Amino acid sequence: MSNLGLTLFCEGDSGFALQLDCELSLTGITAIYGPSGSGKSTLLDCIAGLRQPSSDSVISMDGQIWQSSSVTVPTWERRIGYVFQDARLFPHLNVLQNLKYPLARRARPGEISLEQVAAWLELGELLSRATETLSAGQKQRVAIGRALLSSPQLLLLDEPLANLDHAARQQCLRCLQRLSDELHLPMLYVSHDIEEVSQLADQLVLLDAGKLVEHGSLLSLCTRLDTRLSHEEQAAAIVTAAVKGHDAHYGLTELTVDGHALFVNHLPHAPGQTRRVRIPARDVSVCRKRPQDSSILNILPVTVSEIENTDAARLLLRLSLGSQFLLARITRKSAVELKLQVGDLIYAQIKSAALLMESTDQT
Amino acid sequence: MFLTLTPAELEAIYLTAALASITTVLLLIIGTPLAWWLSRRRGNVPAALEAIVAMPLILPPTVLGFYLLLLFTPDSALGRLWQQLTGSQLAFSFSALVIGSVIYSLPFVVQPLQTAFQRVPQGLLQAAATLGASPLDQFRSIVMPLTRRSFVIAASLSFAHTVGEFGVVLMIGGNIPGETQVLSIALYDSVESLRFDEAHRLAGGLMVFSMVLLFLIYRSDQQSTGRMRA
Repeated sequence: MSNLGLTLFCEGDSGFALQLDCELSLTGITAIYGPSGSGKSTLLDCIAGLRQPSSDSVISMDGQIWQSSSVTVPTWERRIGYVFQDARLFPHLNVLQNLKYPLARRARPGEISLEQVAAWLELGELLSRATETLSAGQKQRVAIGRALLSSPQLLLLDEPLANLDHAARQQCLRCLQRLSDELHLPMLYVSHDIEEVSQLADQLVLLDAGKLVEHGSLLSLCTRLDTRLSHEEQAAAIVTAAVKGHDAHYGLTELTVDGHALFVNHLPHAPGQTRRVRIPARDVSVCRKRPQDSSILNILPVTVSEIENTDAARLLLRLSLGSQFLLARITRKSAVELKLQVGDLIYAQIKSAALLMESTDQT
Repeated sequence: MFLTLTPAELEAIYLTAALASITTVLLLIIGTPLAWWLSRRRGNVPAALEAIVAMPLILPPTVLGFYLLLLFTPDSALGRLWQQLTGSQLAFSFSALVIGSVIYSLPFVVQPLQTAFQRVPQGLLQAAATLGASPLDQFRSIVMPLTRRSFVIAASLSFAHTVGEFGVVLMIGGNIPGETQVLSIALYDSVESLRFDEAHRLAGGLMVFSMVLLFLIYRSDQQSTGRMRA
């Protein structure tokens, strides 16, 4: 657990001023999420010392002052790793030389080795390549490795997957997940892609117009109806599920969510492992009685715990499933016809396609 | 007989080479930080400094030579100070030629370096800083390798331009064999005294030298095109 203390005021590029006064306890991956122009990158730049906040700002990391009215620790003396959106590999050095760049400058003996980093990030075959021959995804994995080899206390990632195609993005996500599992290294991950955030993040910092809106665990924040997250078009609940078994005949994997069975497309994971499943609100419908002749496989008994109008036509339901929650977006007309009330016991139908998820979660 | 150089000519060649080499080394030492500073700043002070650096490009060398001569005479503060420190006069000395050449060739070093430094992406330096590199380290490990070609060009131009200098040398150095009589002056001297054989050797030699140097610069330019692409 690391503590990042921020009392910040900094003019952003896009008209907003970043204005924060908070203490963030960082474990695992903390996503900084918000619309563009909300000050996400400005925040990372201030933490890295690449941008100078106003003179009364204070930044402290685990009690060590990086920025105050009397102290400004220069970037090269802060123990941070920074992965930029545009990898920023050094063009005159090959992959191995890029990875070695921080070694002479920052590395401490006994910390992670180059071989280990190369294995985690699947870089083995790239080491002797020139950087201009790499694909965007390969560049980004080298950039992540280079940042790790500077033995950071805190890893900053600024939309590292924004320029990648789907396959490269999945590979990078898998690598980042692996790093988060293997290393006790807090990461601040800037993103405006909620799918990416829900696959990776343990915690969430919501920024809007330069201000902190929410900070907390991702699983609880994304199903709370009073946060902006649940009102977005792609709002989704995230539940943790255990792998129960595989049905080879139908190509399905059975998961258990609080004692209830959930079928998803075949996953390569062994029974007993825990997975995170993202269920978009628009893919959940509800009915009063358990449907008998439905093509939908996943029908779960749930309790209506909250109802919120989102616009004239639609509303959002928060449904409790044991200790976890689902979101359902339905029309107001159906809600009236079904006479839905808080506390009602109903059935949620989930399209199985919505459950496909490649990321892993070991927690 | 035509290709045999007289001792006086050899001395002029040696003097020219020494002047051009010393000037180039001094210019790289002075010009590099100056070009770096100019490449990172905006405003009136850098603009004024850039104008001063560029002055030798448009001023007739004799103008520069005239003012330097006034500055170097034993009547001036600098001339007096020099005389007290070294015991010899500054005007009409080899040292005066070095100072004059450094000023005269300054834009030929500062401008290519400044342009090259401006093309080094700021993002790479930020990345280096986050990896633990101090500004001097960033310059050494990122900027210098990426702008190596511009250093070669700056050094070659400075060397060649100093070799080709005439007006400034004539004003502040005069024509003292072994002290200030460089090639261009020796050539002028030969023509003045109608020794055309000698003039041909010197002029032809300088032409060949310039041609070879420029050819080498442009060839290295072709070979390393695309090096800067990040």
